[in-house]
Amino acid sequence: MSIDNEHKEGAEVLFMGNEAIARGALEAGVRVAAGYPGTPSSEIIETLSRSAKEGSLYVEWSTNEKVAMEVAAAASFAGLRSMCVMKQNGVNVASDFLLHLTGSGTRGGMILVTCDDPGALSSVNEGESRHFARLMEIPLLEPADFQEAKEMTRWAFTLSEEIRNIVMVRSVTRMSHASGNVVLGPLPPAGGTAEFLCDGPISDPEQGPIISAPVAEKHRLQQDKVRKAVSLFEKSLFNTYTGPKKPELLVITSSACRLYTREAVSMLAAEDRVGILKLGTTWPIPPALVKRYLTATEKILIVEEVLPFLEDQVKILAAEQVRETGIKTFFGKNDGTLPTTGELNPDLVAEAIGRILGIEPKTIPAAYGEKLRMLAGLIPRREQTFCPGCPHRASYWAIREALQRDGRGGFVCGDIGCYAMACLFPAAGFYTCKTLHAMGSGIGLASGFGKLGSFGLEQPVIAVCGDSTFYHAAIPALINAIHQDANVIFIALDNSGTAMTGFQSHPGIDINAMGNASPMVDIAALCKAMGAPVVVEDPFALKETRETLNSLMEGGGGLKVLILKQSCALSPEKKGKKRYLMQVDELLCKGDACGCNRLCTRIFRCPGLLWDRNKGKAQIDEVICAGCGVCAGICPAEAIRCEEAPVS
Amino acid sequence: MKSPLLTKDPYNIIITGVGGQGNVMASRVLANMLVRRGCKVTIGETFGMSQRGGSVMSHLRVSATTVWSPQIPKRGADLIVAIEPVEALRVLADYGNPAVKVLVNMRPIYPVGVITGESDYPEPEKIRRAVTALSAAACFLDATEEAINLGNPILGNIIMIGAVEGLGVLPVNREVFETVIREGMPASRIEANLRAFDIGAAAVAGNC
Repeated sequence: MSIDNEHKEGAEVLFMGNEAIARGALEAGVRVAAGYPGTPSSEIIETLSRSAKEGSLYVEWSTNEKVAMEVAAAASFAGLRSMCVMKQNGVNVASDFLLHLTGSGTRGGMILVTCDDPGALSSVNEGESRHFARLMEIPLLEPADFQEAKEMTRWAFTLSEEIRNIVMVRSVTRMSHASGNVVLGPLPPAGGTAEFLCDGPISDPEQGPIISAPVAEKHRLQQDKVRKAVSLFEKSLFNTYTGPKKPELLVITSSACRLYTREAVSMLAAEDRVGILKLGTTWPIPPALVKRYLTATEKILIVEEVLPFLEDQVKILAAEQVRETGIKTFFGKNDGTLPTTGELNPDLVAEAIGRILGIEPKTIPAAYGEKLRMLAGLIPRREQTFCPGCPHRASYWAIREALQRDGRGGFVCGDIGCYAMACLFPAAGFYTCKTLHAMGSGIGLASGFGKLGSFGLEQPVIAVCGDSTFYHAAIPALINAIHQDANVIFIALDNSGTAMTGFQSHPGIDINAMGNASPMVDIAALCKAMGAPVVVEDPFALKETRETLNSLMEGGGGLKVLILKQSCALSPEKKGKKRYLMQVDELLCKGDACGCNRLCTRIFRCPGLLWDRNKGKAQIDEVICAGCGVCAGICPAEAIRCEEAPVS
Repeated sequence: MKSPLLTKDPYNIIITGVGGQGNVMASRVLANMLVRRGCKVTIGETFGMSQRGGSVMSHLRVSATTVWSPQIPKRGADLIVAIEPVEALRVLADYGNPAVKVLVNMRPIYPVGVITGESDYPEPEKIRRAVTALSAAACFLDATEEAINLGNPILGNIIMIGAVEGLGVLPVNREVFETVIREGMPASRIEANLRAFDIGAAAVAGNC
């Protein structure tokens, strides 16, 4: 859904947090938006791309977050409002440029939107981006509901122009992927002219070159900007207080935790005893404002995700002001009142407040608790797995077979994408993947493992990497492995899209984020140009893929590339379309008597296959089966049949 | 504050199922219907890796006045809509309470562990008994079968939305459903969706 044309000023609509952020940027007149897909941030750029128009809004999926930030900064340098968007660990990727950008300053309003994932609901880390605000000395804003997500994003551009530096807006999964009512504001007229004024003296922030040196002067200037932001934060309407004048307990909180806190106070019916200071401006916290509320109470609980960040700032402030505010008792992460890992929720916050105030939480009737026991043993675990028809299941099956035949204890270094599930869940990847770290780290680690032969490491080393990850961060490590002559088989699992996050375009696809035709960078051609031998296979051809992999493992040393190319089962061209109608021939399936040990359902584990316990035979679940035909190739009795599906 | 439209404020709905069943779409459609009726709705959900064959859950908070936490407190569901039967039990285990109402689509999607034989999937009768015992009102539908008859199993989610309307606990109706889907869907699919909605509504009306 486009968020500009269909929704007029004053309309009240249901927006996902990410849509609210995108709308805020449109209301601010953003002209350039760049990002790299990553849950829970992806819908911001996706939403903006639907509003993109030549000359009024340029949107791109950049190859990685650092490039996205550089692309957005260029627009700012040329006087336009711009933004870059990424998930928490993307800020790590962009941080080298960010360090220098915060020193050089910006011109057109520029914001960095980061979406963190406390509890790692869709990540393999719960790293926090908030700490970058302190590390890089830039203002940080955190919205605490959907309306505010829009307003705050819009204001962040204004703040950036006031201080001539980048401003960070931080969301979390429970904000970005939650939805709520948003009342729309007006959209500014389109237009804006880009010009990079750079012929002035180096000391001229408006017309000189934009660089972070001379460092002493630029760093001092940067800190003046932060002080200016703090003076604006003192009066900011994004900082609110609700509760009694002299609360028994003051909760200082931000972001989604403010909603948990309000719910917790309501659950405990403690509205008369607890005050909630919600901070929207969370670095630096406004000292005069916070001091005012500290003075009014003795006990303070800080509720935030994940590590103590507000808590540290509040405690430092309290120590500095102790003569005026008096001695306080603090509760939060450091004293163990709240956990320092994972996400919070209303129950955890209610327990914490209840403990401090001596309020017993409400319990359910004992009879109901008794009845709940009938659920014991009734609920089977639902393990995540590759989708039916997923090319990764086929690829890992071929890799598993090849490693078994090779017999030297070879292993796979994993990377980031759906295929990372091979490192996490036994139902996916057949236990072949043994490492999982950052984007591109699979081939980086493999490059290192591949040089350990002189220390006796004889295991074959394989790295897997998705197509989007390839462009993002694998190329430097791949060049390293080629140049160092590391013994590695690099397998590109090319499913033609950034599948995990919803099919955003990348340099291997001929359409860009705005839907325009776009030059492609071909993985095979690039690898060949770098001097690596390249083989391309269809992973659905299990036998050929396995044989190719074994011959690569048997051949000489150095880096070799195997590209396994097959589109994702959820890709727009495949979704809902079956290539084959699958059927188990009950006369051929010998069931437990076969000796295959139920290879199809117990080892291959595609959710489209069922085991009929009464008949003792395999069966196809027609609702689930995607009709890829791969399972026909694994049945030793050739009992799984595929016939071409009629074209619908 | 109680809304004249709501029996409880906030009214807490959990829509649950398995990734790929249209859980997120169902929650969006229902929430948009409620927003059109003047409610403040907060939806909490996660997607991304959590949808790859795993259990999914959307939390809807419906209020006359304000936004609420995107996570419903434990034992706090007023209505559970389960597009998959075992997921109804999973949600009841955490969010069930004596006053909760439950709508269940009885078509199972077997977890991989059940397919491999490592765990058992409960008999439908056991599921019915547990849901009935743990709720104030329960209704069981064959939404997937009905949806296959309509031509596409994914319409099971819309049948369940129709069932919510049939319950009569929320200020929604067929008209507002039609308005919402006409905005977000190609015209060719409207008819099947309306029929799915009607099937769900009829299955529940007076039955639950």
